Amino acid sequence: MSANPLLSVRDLTLDFRSRHGTVHVLENVSFDIAPGEIVGIVGESGSGKSVTAFAIMGFLDKAARVLSGDIRVQGRDVMAMSTRERDLWRGKEASIIFQTPRTALNPIRTVGQQIGDVIARHTPASPTEVQEKVLQAMRQVRIPDPERRMGAYPFELSGGLCQRIGIAAALACHPHLLIADEPTTGLDVTTQAEIMELIRDTARAKDLATLLITHDLALASEYCDRIVVMHAGHVVETAPVAELFARPRHPYTAGLLGSVPSLVDSIQDLRAIPGSLPDLRRADLPPCRFADRCPRHHADCDIPGLRLEGIAPNHLVACRVPL
Amino acid sequence: MSLPPILSAEHLSKHFAQSRRRRLPGRAPARLHAVDDVTLAIHPGEALGLVGESGCGKSTLARLLCRLLDPSAGQIYVAGREVTTMSTAAFTRSPMRSDIQMVFQDPTDSLNPRFNSFDLIADPLRQLKPPHSRAELIAKVEAAARSVNLPLDLLSRFPHQLSGGEKARVGIARAMVVTPRLLILDEPTSALDVSVQATVLQLLDKIRRDRGVALLFVSHDLNVVRLLCSRIMVMYLGQIVESGPTDALFRDPAHPYTRALLSAIPTLRGRAGGQRIRLDGEPQSPIAPDGSRCRLYGRCPAQQAFCAQAEPALTGQPGGRQVRCHFAGSAVPGQR
Repeated sequence: MSANPLLSVRDLTLDFRSRHGTVHVLENVSFDIAPGEIVGIVGESGSGKSVTAFAIMGFLDKAARVLSGDIRVQGRDVMAMSTRERDLWRGKEASIIFQTPRTALNPIRTVGQQIGDVIARHTPASPTEVQEKVLQAMRQVRIPDPERRMGAYPFELSGGLCQRIGIAAALACHPHLLIADEPTTGLDVTTQAEIMELIRDTARAKDLATLLITHDLALASEYCDRIVVMHAGHVVETAPVAELFARPRHPYTAGLLGSVPSLVDSIQDLRAIPGSLPDLRRADLPPCRFADRCPRHHADCDIPGLRLEGIAPNHLVACRVPL
Repeated sequence: MSLPPILSAEHLSKHFAQSRRRRLPGRAPARLHAVDDVTLAIHPGEALGLVGESGCGKSTLARLLCRLLDPSAGQIYVAGREVTTMSTAAFTRSPMRSDIQMVFQDPTDSLNPRFNSFDLIADPLRQLKPPHSRAELIAKVEAAARSVNLPLDLLSRFPHQLSGGEKARVGIARAMVVTPRLLILDEPTSALDVSVQATVLQLLDKIRRDRGVALLFVSHDLNVVRLLCSRIMVMYLGQIVESGPTDALFRDPAHPYTRALLSAIPTLRGRAGGQRIRLDGEPQSPIAPDGSRCRLYGRCPAQQAFCAQAEPALTGQPGGRQVRCHFAGSAVPGQR
């Protein structure tokens, strides 16, 4: 992992208490992001991608209980912050862009007001200064005609423009860490390409550490420097993009790649991963949560103490029988 | 394609009138052109892909073809018989209703949460082909469940007890139970994980090959359409802008919009068409479009002055292709 990370997540283990028992959501999740680096977390629904992002931002539900681990942003322990400290930190040092832009915005306030709220909270300024900064933020995300658009309500704008507003609000106070949680779900492919290019260009220009959460491997391969693969609350593999797709070492990563439509020539070549995620409420979850679905399952796999370990330079994998 | 088409449409259009509140006084009501002059045919055992971005009219076209909406103009023929002359209600009562079945986008929203899987699958059968006995009903529901690889012990479960992939299969079993000849699928895999999506795609392909059921697959995911469909139609602002065999269309897209669409899809192999082609600006309004120019004018990277003076027609090209562009012929001899 990099020498001087901006974000560092170490051994994060957390569960949710529910009426139906304790759900073991994350176990020993560790990864780093360096300034200017774009890291993608990929995995199926229920793998813990969004919970990881919410833990970093401090959005966890009351039912969540962090059992161990720490999260540091620029060396600061995020989970030790008070609510007040966190409110001042969020939006200024770290920002998040949500899935479904239209529902993430307040429907009864203009988009200009919503960007202005973020600015006014973190930088004391007169209303005219705030307005100037709102326009600046909107220009930065290439919104055409910002003077007119700032008075618009979310329903008056297209999905792509709403997501640009979300990005403008996230970047308005110049954070160092940007988390994008499935930022292009529900957008068209051409709009998706525009939004992703905007996120990538901004991350490069401002040296932002960026975490992209997605279930789309092809999208992650195109815009990320490094990929973290999650399965059932575990990080199973992490490597630079080219290395991961050329030589996946974890059977789950290989399985995911086998089911991507853009990689095969014929429908018969698609390979679905058998089975589904294990029930995370089980008290006796195996050390490798992929064991029940794994074609390479071996007696060694059931020995406790499975860790993410280096297998090649910058390439970590949590598997006893890697490919 | 010697067999007659299962479904064909000629010059099909759907215009929605704007609401009275938005109408300017003294003017004729503006009309939103959702589908404009679409002609197509689907043959037995064929998989046709319909792609385009949100708002291009692909879902409206799918709904027109299953007679869930009445067209403003044009004709639809089911197995050679015109169905646009009969009312929607009469069509629902006719035996042709079970020939064309629709599978909807979100399996969670399109299944009644108070029905278990058995009743969900039995419902279309009870409505369209009432069985003579309870035993016949059970046999048909179980056969439909088996045809989509749905384990029979899941038949007693309710939608909230099923995974996304299982719900998608219940949705397909509901359509299959009345033994249709054509399935119209509106983005059936967009809510699924890649691994589950792979299973559903292979299932659809198997249904097509084993039972000769034709598929009209509506999607914005060109990677998926490429695998499943032998022919593709690309829609933009209500019009078909390009159609042709999948391989040819992917190898050598003729319309600038198709090229932009292909260049925008992320792939793990690097871009199909090299550098991404940008479409600048916003699409034209579909409300009362200007019939004297190309609908892509203003966004098209290859536009010429002539494109603002005449709307291009959909013209045939060698190899069973059709393109709606004045300058599509640059790679094809004998064209402008």
